[in-house]
Amino acid sequence: MAIRFGKKQKGEDEAERTSVLWETLTRMVKSPSAKIGTFLFAFIVIVCILAPVIAPYGVNDMDLLHLKEPPTLAHPFGTDALGRDLLSRLLYGGQYSILLGLCASLFGNGVGVVIGCIAGYFGKTTETIIMRVMDVWASIPGMLLCILVSTVLGSGFFNTVLALSIGGVPNGVRMTRGQILGERSKEYIEAAQSINCSKASIMFKHILPNVISPTIVGTTMGIGGTITMAASLSYIGLGVQPPTPEWGAMLADGRSSMLTLPHLIMFPGLVIACFVLSINLMGDGLRDALDPKLRS
Amino acid sequence: MAGETLIEVKNLKKYFKVPTGMNHAVDDVSFTINRGETLGVVGESGCGKSTLGRTIIRLQDATDGQVLLHGEDVTTVTGKKLKQVREKMQIIFQDPYSSLNPRMRIESTVKEPLRLSGRFHSKAELQEETERLMNLVGIDKRLRASFPHELDGGRRQRVGIARALALNPEFVVCDEPVSALDVSIQAQVLNLLIDLQEQMGLAYMFVTHDLSVVRHISDHICVMYLGQLVEKAPTKEIFENHLHPYTAALLSAIPSTDIFKPMQRVRLNGEITSPINPKPGCRFAARCPYATEACSQPQELKEVGKDHFVACCRVKEIN
Repeated sequence: MAIRFGKKQKGEDEAERTSVLWETLTRMVKSPSAKIGTFLFAFIVIVCILAPVIAPYGVNDMDLLHLKEPPTLAHPFGTDALGRDLLSRLLYGGQYSILLGLCASLFGNGVGVVIGCIAGYFGKTTETIIMRVMDVWASIPGMLLCILVSTVLGSGFFNTVLALSIGGVPNGVRMTRGQILGERSKEYIEAAQSINCSKASIMFKHILPNVISPTIVGTTMGIGGTITMAASLSYIGLGVQPPTPEWGAMLADGRSSMLTLPHLIMFPGLVIACFVLSINLMGDGLRDALDPKLRS
Repeated sequence: MAGETLIEVKNLKKYFKVPTGMNHAVDDVSFTINRGETLGVVGESGCGKSTLGRTIIRLQDATDGQVLLHGEDVTTVTGKKLKQVREKMQIIFQDPYSSLNPRMRIESTVKEPLRLSGRFHSKAELQEETERLMNLVGIDKRLRASFPHELDGGRRQRVGIARALALNPEFVVCDEPVSALDVSIQAQVLNLLIDLQEQMGLAYMFVTHDLSVVRHISDHICVMYLGQLVEKAPTKEIFENHLHPYTAALLSAIPSTDIFKPMQRVRLNGEITSPINPKPGCRFAARCPYATEACSQPQELKEVGKDHFVACCRVKEIN
């Protein structure tokens, strides 16, 4: 698909919207590190989706004869204190963790970017009010906000996403607004104004593409943090509830017996690290692909 | 067609609030521009030339005064009317590096105003008009998918001109359009602007500090000093029979190529008066070699010859 569009792109329909998207994606995959990231990401996502098919055991099946067992042939990643197969639980758990991490990071930063755009573009009183509110918001520890929101709203997937994303908003706002400060005095903004661009169009079509790069990197970096934050939430009884498998919660479970049963934290930790790495590599690639100056 | 008044600026003022007071960037400026003619605005850096241009075309709101387009005041229009007014008045910017969105292909940059105008109903018409514009300003078809950083300064400026002309304006503010370009390319772009003026009957307000450029392109010239007009006359008159001491000093700074006729510089001493909360009276007085007591009174632009206005109370005694 990508290659077909890529070829067509050279020909007639240069300015077509879909081809721009495809061009960006094909360009992104061209960089070796982004390629590795994309494959790793796709692999993790696919095996997690296929968990019901490929997982060797059920998610809550207990093997009472092999409690707390290090990796063996029967249980390649070992078993936990209740005799549940760690590999199967990691596969199933990915479904929650990936969705939770991605949704919360994208949602939090997305809202932040929109508010940041408004603050940066309008300036003056609007900016002052928004930024002071963000200062207050950011001064409350993220975890505390998270606990507050999930206590008020209760558990459940969407509420957890909301709780986790709320701490990320001020970050997105500050980053975007800071970038816009350097951009808003440039003449192409005035030019857009003089050809009757609407304010929304100036903000999101002209300014945003020029300031989004650091936020893309920031968002991808934040996903790992969000997954561990989700673990902390379930640890204190909020967020995703046991026995639902979830990477962060599994990591937290293994913490008490870290020295005697290292595999209980090693494998979840490794999976989270691989996932975060894949997203970071993809985010870097995306940022480069979006920058026309790096176009070969 | 020419000779009909297109733009009339009446007592236009633009003040900026700064921590120490009011910055009088443009103070009580009046002039007219006829259809198809070029008004050159010259003056040193920071004298309010660019602010004047931006205020006229409503990129900034005037503090006071009027701008009449076809006899209709445009300084206070809003909404749909403002959009119509903006279509008639466009701007070409000084820096072609920052006046184009670095993330937009140049074709999209030219197409955007056309699309926003809502005049074109099919994609094919839109495309045709975009190509006509790019052809008009001399951008090769093969460059249409390029990004601004891939073009040189002259081509970028051509893209900026195409964008300004897309809406079929009657009046274009040229804000030092050639000062960021190489001399060889300056001539190309200037000739392009002159050709376009002849083809489309455009009126230009040409803001610059390059006096040789302004002599080449203008019909009339306004000389500005610290936000005020000090002299206004037809181009020939300004160069041959200038009356204000500041104009004399400004023109004496043009380098001469005649080795047998050495330059006679009028050197100005002293600092530029601050434009923040200026005193009434001639703002040039502090640096003027002819200044007297009378210069501390407010100066008015007075007609001293045909179409020749000077704001100096001692003009008769000096010349």
